[in-house]
Amino acid sequence: MSEPILEIRGLEKTYKGGTKALAGVDLTINKGEIFALLGPNGAGKTTLIGAVCGLVNPTGGSIHAFGQDTAKSWREARRKIGLVPQELSFDMFDKVIRQVRYSRGMFGCPPDEARIEQVLRSLSLWDKRDAAIRELSGGMKRRVMIAKALAHDPELLFLDEPTAGVDVELRRDMWRQIDALRAAGVTIILTTHYIEEAEEMADRVGVINKGRILLVDDKDAIMAKLGRTEAHFTLAEPLAKIPADFLDYPITLEDGGTHLIYRGGDGTGKGKREVAELAQRLPGLGIAYTGLETRESTLEDIFVDLVEQGAQEQAA
Amino acid sequence: MMNWRGAIAILKHELARFFRTAFGSILSPVLTTSLYIVVFGAAIGGQMDPSQFGGASYGAFIVPGLIMLTLLSESTSNASFGIYMPKFTGAIYELLSAPVGVAETILGFVGAAVLKSLIISAIILVTARIFVDYEIAHPLLAVGYVVMVAASFALFGFIIGLWADGFEKLQIVPLLILMPLTFLGGTFYSVQMLAEPWSTVAQFNPIFYLINGLRWTFTGSADVPIGVAFGFTLAFLVLCVAVIAWIFRTGWCLRE
Ligand SMILES: Nc1ncnc2c1ncn2[C@@H]1O[C@H](COP(=O)(O)OP(=O)(O)OP(=O)(O)O)[C@@H](O)[C@H]1O
Ligand SMILES: [Mg+2]
Repeated sequence: MSEPILEIRGLEKTYKGGTKALAGVDLTINKGEIFALLGPNGAGKTTLIGAVCGLVNPTGGSIHAFGQDTAKSWREARRKIGLVPQELSFDMFDKVIRQVRYSRGMFGCPPDEARIEQVLRSLSLWDKRDAAIRELSGGMKRRVMIAKALAHDPELLFLDEPTAGVDVELRRDMWRQIDALRAAGVTIILTTHYIEEAEEMADRVGVINKGRILLVDDKDAIMAKLGRTEAHFTLAEPLAKIPADFLDYPITLEDGGTHLIYRGGDGTGKGKREVAELAQRLPGLGIAYTGLETRESTLEDIFVDLVEQGAQEQAA
Repeated sequence: MMNWRGAIAILKHELARFFRTAFGSILSPVLTTSLYIVVFGAAIGGQMDPSQFGGASYGAFIVPGLIMLTLLSESTSNASFGIYMPKFTGAIYELLSAPVGVAETILGFVGAAVLKSLIISAIILVTARIFVDYEIAHPLLAVGYVVMVAASFALFGFIIGLWADGFEKLQIVPLLILMPLTFLGGTFYSVQMLAEPWSTVAQFNPIFYLINGLRWTFTGSADVPIGVAFGFTLAFLVLCVAVIAWIFRTGWCLRE
C-alpha cells in the first residue's frame, strides 16, 4: 500500500460571483507518483490546485498534506509544496537568478548558491541567469517559473499546464525534467489538456469536469478497462452473416455486409492478438478482404466519452 | 514560527526594485524639494520677518515641512505600489503559496517602504543643507519621529494597495487627500500668520500636527506642543495597525 501524501475530502469552492468551481472533490495522492488531472476548460483544475496551495479559500471540505490539516499547519505544509501556475506571472524587470533566490528565501530556506546554480543548470537557464526576465522567450519564462517553484526543494509539486503553448521539442524536454524530478522522489500533480502527456508521464490519471472527479485510476488500468481495439476489414465479397467459427469474437457486419468490424480488447494487447487471429483465419474460410485498418483507443477517447457521459447524466 | 527569511526575502526584493529605478525615485523628490527651497526659501523667504517663525530663517523653517512632504508621499506610494504590483502582474500567487503570513508580508513590504522613504528623506536633508543653514535641535527625537511617521504612512499605503483594484485608486488618495492636506498643513507657513477662521480650520488638519512635530525637533518650537504632535502620530499608527488587523481578520483580501 502506498503512502498518501495528499488527502482531499469533500472539497468545495463557490466563488463570490456564485460559480461553483468544486462540488465535493475527494482525491488521494500517493507519495512519489505522477498524477495527471485531466479536464476541459473551466473544469476546476486550477481551483483545486489553488485550494491546496493557499491561493483559494475553500468553502467546504478538508485538505491534509503530509498527514496534517493544511488549514491548521499551513506553514509546515507550504514549505514542502511547490507551485508552477498556469499563467506566467512575475516581476518582468527582475533578473532570473534574483527571482529564483527570492523564491527560495520566501519559502524560508537559507541561501544556497550551489543549489540555485544546480536548479538553473537543470533547466538550461544558467547562461541566462543575469538576463531580465522580460528579455527571455516564452518557453524560457516558463522554465523560470519552474525554477522558482523548485528553489525550495518541494516534496510535492503542482504543475498547472506546464506545457501549454510550448513547442514539441521543449515539451519533450520538460517531460524529461519531470521524470528526473520523480526519480529524485518528488510527487507531482500536473494538469494538462494533452492526453498524450498524461499517457506518457502519469502513473495515475484523474478526470475532472464541472467540479467533480469523474474517474481516478492507474493509467494502465484505465487503458485496460476502457481501452479498445477497433479493426475494419473491407471485404471483397459481402457476407450475409457472421461465420459460425467467429461467434466468440466481438465482431459485427456493417454496410450491407461489406465491412467486418472488430471492437474489443482491453488495452493489454488482447485486441491486437484477436485481430491478428482474425486476419489469419479469414482467408482460410474463403473470405477475402481488400483492406484492414486498426486503431487503438487513447486516453483522449476515454476522456471524451467520460465527459460526454457526465454531461448526459446531468441533463437527464 | 515566524518565517524571518521570508520577510527578509520580500524586503530585499522590494529594495532591489527601488535601486533598479533609483535614479528616478531619488532624483525627482530631490529636484522638487530643491526647487521649493530655492523658490520659496531664498526668493520669497528673504522678504519675511523671522520673528514669525521662531527666529529661524524661512529656509530653515520650511525644511522640516519639506521632509514631511516627501516622507508622507514616498512611504505611502512605495508601500501601496509594492503590494499592488504583484496583484497586478499575478506574481502574488507566490506570496500566497509561501509559508508567509501577515506579519512577514507587512514586515517585508512596509519595512522596505519605510527604508526607501528614509533614504530619500536623508538625501533631501543633505541636499537642503546646500541651500539652507538649518539646525536639528533634537536629532534623536527627529529620527524617532521620522521613523514613526514613515511606518504609519507605509502602513496606510499598504492598506491602499490592498484595497486598490486599478492604478487610479492607487493615485487618488495620495493626490486628492495627502498632497492638499500637506500643503495646507503649514509646510510653508506658520498658522500664526493666518487670519481667523483659517488658523482654527488648520488645526483640524491631521498633517498640521505631523509637520509641527517634526519642526519642533528641528527648531525647538512649533505651533503645537511636541506632546500633542507625538500623541497624534501615535494615534494614527495605532489606527493603521487596527485597520490592517481588521482586514486580515476578515480574510486576506488577496485570497479568492
Ligand atoms: N477568481 C475567480 N472568480 C470567479 N470565478 C472563477 C475564478 N476563477 C475561476 N472561476 C470559475 O471557476 C470555474 C473553474 O475554473 P478553473 O480555473 O478552476 O478551471 P480549469 O479547469 O483550470 O480550466 P482551464 O483548463 O481553462 O485552465 C470556471 O467556471 C471559472 O469561470
Ligand atoms: Mg486552469
